Amino acid sequence: MTAVKQMSNFDVNKIREDFPVLTQTVNGKPLVYLDNAASSQVSNLVIERGSKYLAEEHSNVHRGVHYLSQLATNEYEKARENVRKFINAKESKECIFVRGCTEGINLVANSYGRKFINEGDEIIISAMEHHSNIVPWQMIAEERGAKIRVIPINENGELVLDEYENLLNERTKIVAVAHVSNSLGTVNPIKEMIATAHKFGVPVCIDGAQAVPHLRVDVQDLDADFYAFSGHKMFAPTGSGVIYGKKEWLDKMPPYQGGGSMIRVVTFEKTTYAGLPEKFEAGTPAIASQIGLGAAIDYLNSIDLDAAFAYEHELLEYATEKLSNIEGVKIIGTAKEKASVLSFTIENVHPHDIGTILDQQGIAVRAGHHCAQPVMKFFDVPATARASFAFYNTKEEVDKLAEAVQKVIEVFA
Amino acid sequence: MSELNDLYQEVILEHNKNPRNFREIADANHQADGHNPLCGDALRVYIDLEDGKVKDVAFKGSGCAISKASASMMTQAVKGKSKEEAEVLFEEFQKMVTGNLDIETDENHLGKLKIFAGVLEFPARVKCASLSWHTLHAALNEEETVSTE
Repeated sequence: MTAVKQMSNFDVNKIREDFPVLTQTVNGKPLVYLDNAASSQVSNLVIERGSKYLAEEHSNVHRGVHYLSQLATNEYEKARENVRKFINAKESKECIFVRGCTEGINLVANSYGRKFINEGDEIIISAMEHHSNIVPWQMIAEERGAKIRVIPINENGELVLDEYENLLNERTKIVAVAHVSNSLGTVNPIKEMIATAHKFGVPVCIDGAQAVPHLRVDVQDLDADFYAFSGHKMFAPTGSGVIYGKKEWLDKMPPYQGGGSMIRVVTFEKTTYAGLPEKFEAGTPAIASQIGLGAAIDYLNSIDLDAAFAYEHELLEYATEKLSNIEGVKIIGTAKEKASVLSFTIENVHPHDIGTILDQQGIAVRAGHHCAQPVMKFFDVPATARASFAFYNTKEEVDKLAEAVQKVIEVFA
Repeated sequence: MSELNDLYQEVILEHNKNPRNFREIADANHQADGHNPLCGDALRVYIDLEDGKVKDVAFKGSGCAISKASASMMTQAVKGKSKEEAEVLFEEFQKMVTGNLDIETDENHLGKLKIFAGVLEFPARVKCASLSWHTLHAALNEEETVSTE
């Protein structure tokens, strides 16, 4: 990397040294990784922590009396405590380990849904949701005879909050909404939305996959009832993830999956279930990945995270300005409050062609519908190209993106 | 950009801009829909088959440059051919873009379609090139929809 002008007193070049993947070349060009909303990269700290676990600490958790099992259990539970502190949950047992945000939402939809959602009830979601916050609710709605109601969005890609208030009523059983949209980058005012739902006595499940890596999340301050996120979008390995739930809800909910770990006593007549969090963690979990998530949080705590988030936001604004100034480029998602994500289209060029040409320049972006087909339909595009940033990206990389976009336009001129 | 030029050759860019037979055939006696759920590409292929010959063929839909150009050149290639000849082209095209036919050494009837051999270097784009051909194959064989998944 050549020296890059620093923004926000944040030393990005030093940060980049912590992420070995960023040093490689792709198609003969230095890798410019702008697909962080799909999956982020891991730091040396996480890689080393995973290796140490596999080399020295591996065994099954919550099972053995032997040394290694206890060691693995301790480390696994330390990761949970790390998560608790990071999102400021009241108790670590409110942080259920799952294999990602999708599984977390499915857990709530199934467990909460089977207990509390009945025929004629309503589930509120929004028009900007990822498929993972649509389909689980559709499935449980169909099973329980409930209805899905959808909060609309406006041309900027912001939720229409007046409509949201109108949708809430005594039949509403849960609200499920993204904290940050993966396809538009919109940051939703979820604290206010949760407060509104609570006036109707309705709990709220937040899809936080795109929020936790980009802004401070405090589940108690938000007063979220459920908050799901994935490790692999916050600099941890795949297979790690968390569904936070308020204890008072989780206690009332039945298990999601049955198996080992989640029981107290099993007979053929009746089984009694373990307490939290084990009740929701049937089977051997992704121990190495969750310990990796704990290490990713250690890493985030070791840097000036507020400066990192501020820097990343400046990068998004810089990129937005740069791309907006290119004739033929249209930004999809122009909400006032945005994080990390820059979706765009180029006139008369399909996003897949953009993706391939950018890849030839070493630039990784996502091209497609971003698992948000209703959003694509709303903006009347088959797909978009999406650049998504992390705090290890640089202004120079944004410049390369802009140059490559120019090249796309030249090829298709 | 040398690798890129293998994919985005002038001919392909030109067909993308001005796709041939890009229209509906109102009374087509064969048609099928093809879509690629990965990227959302969707197209419909219309065939008017008369006495076992492709009397007319056309397509409509949306997709990337590769899928559009491929569909456009496909319609040119199969027009006037017998059903069997069209099927041979489908098989040869399929083999070419999956690396099972060497256009230099293996006997084939691909002609201008050889231009799509470059797609081999772009594994993520093979389905874009072959979508229209799968859809043609489905239409010829009375299947209504085809998906590249």
